[in-house]
Amino acid sequence: MGDLKSFIPEGNISDKWTNHKFNMKLINPANKRKYKLIVVGTGLAGASAAATLGQLGYEVEAFTFHDSARRAHSIAAQGGINASKNYQNDGDSVFRLFYDTVKGGDFRSREANVHRLAEVSESIIDQCVAQGVPFARDYGGLLDNRSFGGAQVSRTFYAKGQTGQQLLLGAYSALNKEVAKGTVKLYSRKEMVDLVVIDGKARGIIVRDLETGAIEKYSAHAVIIATGGYGNVFFLSTNAMNSNATASWRAHKRGAYFGNPCFTQIHPTCLPVHGEGQSKLTLMSESLRNDGRIWVSKTKGDMRSPDQIPEEERDYYLERKYPSFGNLSPRDISSRSAKEVVDDGRGAQGQEAVYLDFKDAINRLGKHAIEEKYGNLFEIYETITGENPYKLPMKIYPAPHYTMGGLWVDYNLMSNLPGLFVLGEANFSDHGANRLGASALMQGLADGYFVIPYTIGNYLAEDKPELLPTDHEEFSKHEKEFDELVDKLMSINGKTTVDTFHKKLGRIMWNKVGMARNEKGLNEAIKEISELREEFWKDLKLVGTKDGVNQTLERAGRVVDYLELGELMAVDALDRNESCGAHFREEYQTGEGEAKRNDEDYTYVSAWEFKDLGRWELHKEDLDFEYVKLATRSYK
Amino acid sequence: MDEKNLNLTLKIWRQAGPTSVGSFQDFKVSVSEDSSILEMIDDLNNELEGDGKEPVTFESDCREGICGTCGLVINGQPHGPIPKIATCQLHMRNFKNGDTIWIEPFRAKAFPIIKDLMVDRSGFDRIMESGGYVSVNTGGVPDANEIPISKDVAAEAFDAAACIGCGACVAACKNASAMLFVSAKVSQFSLLPQGQPERYDRVQKMVMKMDEMGFGSCTNTYACEAECPKGISIKNIARMNRDYIKARATSENLEV
Repeated sequence: MGDLKSFIPEGNISDKWTNHKFNMKLINPANKRKYKLIVVGTGLAGASAAATLGQLGYEVEAFTFHDSARRAHSIAAQGGINASKNYQNDGDSVFRLFYDTVKGGDFRSREANVHRLAEVSESIIDQCVAQGVPFARDYGGLLDNRSFGGAQVSRTFYAKGQTGQQLLLGAYSALNKEVAKGTVKLYSRKEMVDLVVIDGKARGIIVRDLETGAIEKYSAHAVIIATGGYGNVFFLSTNAMNSNATASWRAHKRGAYFGNPCFTQIHPTCLPVHGEGQSKLTLMSESLRNDGRIWVSKTKGDMRSPDQIPEEERDYYLERKYPSFGNLSPRDISSRSAKEVVDDGRGAQGQEAVYLDFKDAINRLGKHAIEEKYGNLFEIYETITGENPYKLPMKIYPAPHYTMGGLWVDYNLMSNLPGLFVLGEANFSDHGANRLGASALMQGLADGYFVIPYTIGNYLAEDKPELLPTDHEEFSKHEKEFDELVDKLMSINGKTTVDTFHKKLGRIMWNKVGMARNEKGLNEAIKEISELREEFWKDLKLVGTKDGVNQTLERAGRVVDYLELGELMAVDALDRNESCGAHFREEYQTGEGEAKRNDEDYTYVSAWEFKDLGRWELHKEDLDFEYVKLATRSYK
Repeated sequence: MDEKNLNLTLKIWRQAGPTSVGSFQDFKVSVSEDSSILEMIDDLNNELEGDGKEPVTFESDCREGICGTCGLVINGQPHGPIPKIATCQLHMRNFKNGDTIWIEPFRAKAFPIIKDLMVDRSGFDRIMESGGYVSVNTGGVPDANEIPISKDVAAEAFDAAACIGCGACVAACKNASAMLFVSAKVSQFSLLPQGQPERYDRVQKMVMKMDEMGFGSCTNTYACEAECPKGISIKNIARMNRDYIKARATSENLEV
């Protein structure tokens, strides 16, 4: 039996959130300004939360390590945002969005959270339109929708291939409105480096000013972390260069449980690695799979140019294996299939890549139609690779993209540490073992605009936390510990650079804790990561000073965390003796190579408590599936 | 890989701090033509760090041309010689073996240099805070389809809204004017029905803040449009000017 309580409200799934909103305690408007709240991160979740809480009257302090709140990585999301508006009259509903998300997550998410997400999805679209977000429209002037993987209705709202940008700029504008009013104080270029926990409650944060190097203390009645995912543990991922796990990980080391760390999504359509100097991987929108056909040669080691490989010698493996979803199969399945054919020696011209071919679509619809739909993506492809995708098929390969795991939170989005709330990609709650396309933007904004504003009030009203002064001895202790960490890093004086360590870790993670895992590899990974960590602390070469701008020091601090988090991901993957969603254990597959879940033993959330370096205790939250019956996913 | 490598000389601006005197420093590098220019500097930095030397400070984040964090002047042009891309999207195959490449920060009075190639563009945020929004609160808004907007108007608003806030327009302008940046936001809202209630108030506030932050005036040289990685049109400046004149002509706010 699991020992973690998620505080899911009583009642029918469709009434839970409504009832809960009524039952939660309120704080009267005049009293709200007496509460000080810290929001870390200004992406979709953080900016929307800070803006809304400021508007309600709380005294909000928002932090970003970027130079501007508008740079958060939410900005790079391309495809769209789901909502169950049913504007297309194609049978969508709150329940269908809920159902698709639970199924897409391979039955490892919390039903009540997912239903709430589907419920508020409609308000998100209304909110964004009212802010002036320029979504795509049809000729009648109403909103347009497109389809995405894992769904059979059109419920994705979009703004060309820049939906994340437009939604983030919307949230950023809402934030600016509150900054102008003085309800939100915004701190840029300040990175959270520790969570201050006193008497078991979150009381504030320690930050490093990235311009001056100063270490600063901030106290609050509650702390909200909305700092995104940890995909950069792989070194090469679609995450931005500065996306990192530090805020979450340091909170974890202060007592917050980490949920499902092994659930990491590998996106099927990214540009392949070009060489050693590669700094990150570029995503090509999943929408390309609407018209592109994915294939490799039937022959191993086929070095011919793709246009020289005749039709009958091509293997359209997704269409062959999954005739009903074909090239639009969910992300986990598409990624794994690509790895399979490459492992079989059939990668495009001997590379770790497969072809995404638009030849048939161009013949059928004409070049102009394809240009209208995907022109900007084709341009990006040509800019980066120097190849023309109208003439030759694109080469693509899966890359780490999104992390479903994150800090454990209850139904109110509060971690096991009272006063610490976690939103957006940084929490674990809504996507189970696999996230569907266009659902990340939905979750970030749901948490920030429509969930936290209610649940945090209930915590403040019930718990009545006090505001501790930053000269409290515990604040000073936390500050000193961080200062010592910096000194320790600066004094190693070894020979190996930060990036070299990060790349080495990334290779271990990709090879052994990546798209397919097995017991032997995971055990090796655990050993190799802890060895690499030891080597790091003996041989790191760090230049510069701790005062002023020092980007190498910033990266070193983040790699310290990855070297611990990477191990936990392997530990979690090893514990989960089943395959589900993006977590594929080679030992657990059907005769046809499909993921084989073990609902009997693993229908739980793994929530890891940090004990000591390399040592964790597992807590479990049991998952009940009352409304979407446990079943094997089939996309055939 | 080797046959695709280019041998280049880099002349990179180094400046220890905001008030220090800066100068160009020479580096010899060998780089794959498949690398981006920022990956080339990553490599150079990794080498410098290995030798115990201070790496070149520069900013970047998404490396997909959308976050607006990166911004270098390459051979005299903001974001380099290829039109409509950000610095992070500039690949080395656009250069020739033996080339010398000059790399500088965006230069403008309103963008003070923090270190090396890193500048302070917070003036942009101050302008946005002065009025770059529709003043709606969370909740209590109409259904999204109750505000019909013609496809053309929506597309035009989108084109203005596509600005990534990188500051290349300011760096390209001989007056260091921020008119293209400000007009893109003003236009997005003045085109859309949601932006109408605050239309004339907004344009005055944002223009006033722009002047206060030390950006220069527009003298219609169109350099901003030529260097904009997102192709933001100078039509937006014309639109903003019309709104501004109309706003000032009827403004009751006479003392400013």
